[in-house]
Amino acid sequence: MNTVPITDAQDRPATAARRRSLALALPFDPVLAVAVIGLCVCSLLTIRGATVDDVPGQPSFFVNRQAVYFVIGALIAIGLSRIDYSRLRELKYGIYGFLIASIIAVSMLGSVARGSRRAIQLPFFSFQASELGKVLLIVALAAFLVDRVRRLHDRDTTARTLLVALVPAALVMLQPDLGSSLVFIAIVLAVLFTAGTPMRHFAALAALGAVAITLALVALPAAGVSVLHGYQKDRLTAFLNPTNTSNKEGYQQNQSRIAIGSGEKTGRGDRATQTKYDFLPEHHTDFVFAVVGERWGFAGAALVLSLYALLIWRGLRILTIAKNLFGALIAAGVVAMLLFQVFVNVGMTVGIMPITGIPLPLMSYGGSSVITTFLAVGLLQSIYAQGRASSATKGRVLGF
Amino acid sequence: MIEPSGDRRVPISPGLAVRVAVLGVVGFALFAVIFFRLWYLQVLSGDQYLKQAQTNQVRRERIEAPRGSIVDRNGNVLVDNRLSNVVKLDPAKLPPSEKTVVAEYGQQVIARSKRPKGKKGNPIAIPPVPADLRVRFARLANVLGMSTRTIQDRVVRSLYLASFSPATIRVGVADAVRDYVEERNDQFPGVNVDRVYLRRYPNGSLAAQLVGSVSEISDQQLKLKAYRGITSGTRIGQSGLESEYDRYLRGRDGIQRLIVDAQGNLKGKGSTRRPVTGRTVKLSLDLGLQRSAQSAYQKIAGSQPGAFVAMDPRTGEILAMGSFPSFDPSVLSKPISQKRYEQMFGAQAGSPLFNRATGVYPTGSTFKPITALASLQAGVTSPSRIVDDHACIDVGTAGQKACNAKNTSFGPIDLVQALKVSSDVYFYTMGLEAGTRPGQIIQTTARKLGLGRYTGIDLPGGAKGVVPDRAWRTRINEQEISCRKKKGGLSLAEGVAAANAAASKGCGASDLRPWTLGDNVNTAVGQGDLQASPLQMADAYAAIANGGKVPRPHLGTEVEDDQGRQLQRLQRPAARQVKVDPAYRQVILDGLHAAASAKGGTSADVFTGWPQSRLPIFGKTGTAEKGLGRADQSWYVAYAYDGSPDRKPIVVAVTAERGGFGAATAAPIACRIFSKWFSQKASCTPGRNTTF
Repeated sequence: MNTVPITDAQDRPATAARRRSLALALPFDPVLAVAVIGLCVCSLLTIRGATVDDVPGQPSFFVNRQAVYFVIGALIAIGLSRIDYSRLRELKYGIYGFLIASIIAVSMLGSVARGSRRAIQLPFFSFQASELGKVLLIVALAAFLVDRVRRLHDRDTTARTLLVALVPAALVMLQPDLGSSLVFIAIVLAVLFTAGTPMRHFAALAALGAVAITLALVALPAAGVSVLHGYQKDRLTAFLNPTNTSNKEGYQQNQSRIAIGSGEKTGRGDRATQTKYDFLPEHHTDFVFAVVGERWGFAGAALVLSLYALLIWRGLRILTIAKNLFGALIAAGVVAMLLFQVFVNVGMTVGIMPITGIPLPLMSYGGSSVITTFLAVGLLQSIYAQGRASSATKGRVLGF
Repeated sequence: MIEPSGDRRVPISPGLAVRVAVLGVVGFALFAVIFFRLWYLQVLSGDQYLKQAQTNQVRRERIEAPRGSIVDRNGNVLVDNRLSNVVKLDPAKLPPSEKTVVAEYGQQVIARSKRPKGKKGNPIAIPPVPADLRVRFARLANVLGMSTRTIQDRVVRSLYLASFSPATIRVGVADAVRDYVEERNDQFPGVNVDRVYLRRYPNGSLAAQLVGSVSEISDQQLKLKAYRGITSGTRIGQSGLESEYDRYLRGRDGIQRLIVDAQGNLKGKGSTRRPVTGRTVKLSLDLGLQRSAQSAYQKIAGSQPGAFVAMDPRTGEILAMGSFPSFDPSVLSKPISQKRYEQMFGAQAGSPLFNRATGVYPTGSTFKPITALASLQAGVTSPSRIVDDHACIDVGTAGQKACNAKNTSFGPIDLVQALKVSSDVYFYTMGLEAGTRPGQIIQTTARKLGLGRYTGIDLPGGAKGVVPDRAWRTRINEQEISCRKKKGGLSLAEGVAAANAAASKGCGASDLRPWTLGDNVNTAVGQGDLQASPLQMADAYAAIANGGKVPRPHLGTEVEDDQGRQLQRLQRPAARQVKVDPAYRQVILDGLHAAASAKGGTSADVFTGWPQSRLPIFGKTGTAEKGLGRADQSWYVAYAYDGSPDRKPIVVAVTAERGGFGAATAAPIACRIFSKWFSQKASCTPGRNTTF
């Protein structure tokens, strides 16, 4: 499994100074880094093409900002990867508390955008608590499960873990941000699954979920209590009736399909009218993948998807080399988060998933999403580095 | 130091390995789904989506094709186009409140139209401007120099007729106003200034009733089969020749493809399909003759209602046709208020839109040649038969008398003399004798010559007229009875007042009197229930002059392109052929010629000094009585040619509703028409002859 010898760590006694330099020399996963950098480049190229005319006189308005977010995110990721993620276990209450507090704060103080209160306006960018919350939740869940590692087969453990995730999920749903709460649920399921929760618990959960969905979509509306907002229902019905493009949601999804389809094999390049003439909604955020599809065709879309596949694959690989269960669970959560977001977002643009407002990690324009994804990538790199170093030094802990 | 993690690192357990593998498989499956979907969208059906994307950004805008011109036989323009700035309001940019207002107005109008005549109540008032439109309309009113009420009036009535096409607010605004509005488009939402082709009438009221009007197709018309393929907003002919020859005149609209973004903002221009100008329709009308005839009518008949027709008897080509009172058709190419419309075109103004040349009247003595022909051919009379005219004859058994005008006595006369002096007694005798014989002698001939049936002229509207007989009277009596029953069970026994009351309820087509011999006597001199139009009379005279060929009157002759090249001759059905004995024809023509030329002829003094040997006139006066206290209607129908019947032959029919004796008004007008047609100077003084 280990192919890269770490000579410093093997051959010399570790002093404090040496440890510090050794920390800088910690290994990182180059394939993961290549996938991330590739996606960042694709994102900048795509956003550049799509937003040239969006802000009059500033053709690079969005690209410049996205580049700054990438730089900040990369710095954070590098920093995080040099830290032993295991220390975060101690901070689990703080992390969880911050997660809940930030979501509540945003719900109360945030600015309203498109009918929902998701972000607090900061001087440089608007802080979206539900985005950052995804990574915070992963860490908190992993820490919580590790604490109960001996009682993983208890119903109690599964129930409490679920509760830990459902509280923020419910809060986010009230903002309302259905997409993020679904991501939270995907995360907790993946983490539970990886930790080794018995399959009968999942079966019971599936049954419960079915009942809950029936209640929310059929029984309660019939009784006069509406759980989903009107626009959320529109999205679902638009998805179920793809030929009806009369409402806004159906129109958006139809335009997205037309954009991607019209790209054909190699794309329409600068003649990508769906993007240029604003037929494609949200072309630099939620529907950025449709821009890729229109501009660079199947070739471009396949490249971007391959980069995501690479990312997911490296995530799973890192899961297996984690030095402890905490790392493995974090990796599982990150993989689930990325996979779910990529599938739902791309699925939405190609018309096989309803519109949920989930951004495409790294590709979509937006500081919160970019920095959250870089945090996740930093965690993965840290797990990789710690796993490598730990096996190389036969269990000794490295880093700070 | 850092606490070690809760668990010791152990080699990856088989359980974890399985679960990681499951996660991997799930991930792989999801990616596979997306890849296949992308393959389907982009590679398998990409071309189809590309097409959709290309049509997405294209908006098709109609470029109005100019309508074709209408020209006379010499190519003189009767109607063509001029460009004008037209301010329109797009209904899609109006608030829902205005649409509610229009819907309510429409319901009230429909409800009113369903109420019986006389009980309709006041016209429906245009509703006030909704509050959220007041500022917008006031701003627009200020710029266009009109009142907010007028704008509301035009918008409401336009949307009621055609709910999706832009409402025309003002026609013919100055370029400065157009620029002002277009530069401040955000202040005038939905307001567009179009360059629109409007009809131009360089000759004013000349042949106004024939030309007809043009306006946007209405919602109801859009649903009709006849207008299939015409899009909303297209201007079509609504009456007259504009309607009759609409398919030639309309042309084909062009399409300008505009590149637009999702908000509809213009991003560039796409390909264009150029509009194709409508065809030119060439008429048989002679504008010079038309102008002279109209001015002659106005000079002699003044402002009284009436009409004239001039036709080539060989072909049925209409050379001139006019109806009075007339109007300036350009008034109708702009929006006009209901009130002003009533003032200009209502019954009070003499219904100038109505073409009286195809409207029907009692014909008076101009009918006599038809009676003559019928009587001769049926053997009721012969050219040599002498009837002693003692001013009156007895009709029926009740001692009723039928007399000549002013009880003039003409003594013993033959048919030629009877036509010359217009002896009523002679033709009463014919009516009396024909009425006692089997077969409806006079009526059958009249129908054969085109009375009581449509002439087939290429003009919409027009009336059939009435050739009365026993069956006709029985039919209208039945109608009257059933009508009165429906309206309240009144019978004649209940008195005149009751009958008048019933008539005011929509009945009154008949006084329920049975058909008698007296009716036949009246019919023989063109009185009583007989009704025919000037056009029908001209056609009947042409048939006699032709020796039996009843020409089909028509105006349109050719279709030309906009360069004046002939594309098509307008075909029409062959003329009907009626049996006319040449000897009898000659007798009738002799009588008509004597009437117009010989001393004592009814219209001879009108044609004093006319070169009758070179330009013989065969004319008959007519004076239709219209009842107590109402002025008689003056008629004149005549045939003439230059030297021989195939040189410039012409049939003219003139009627003036309050013109008195035929020789007093109608004959001088006809004389002036001949004078113009043959370029022959004539005095055409009103005649003093006071016979019918």
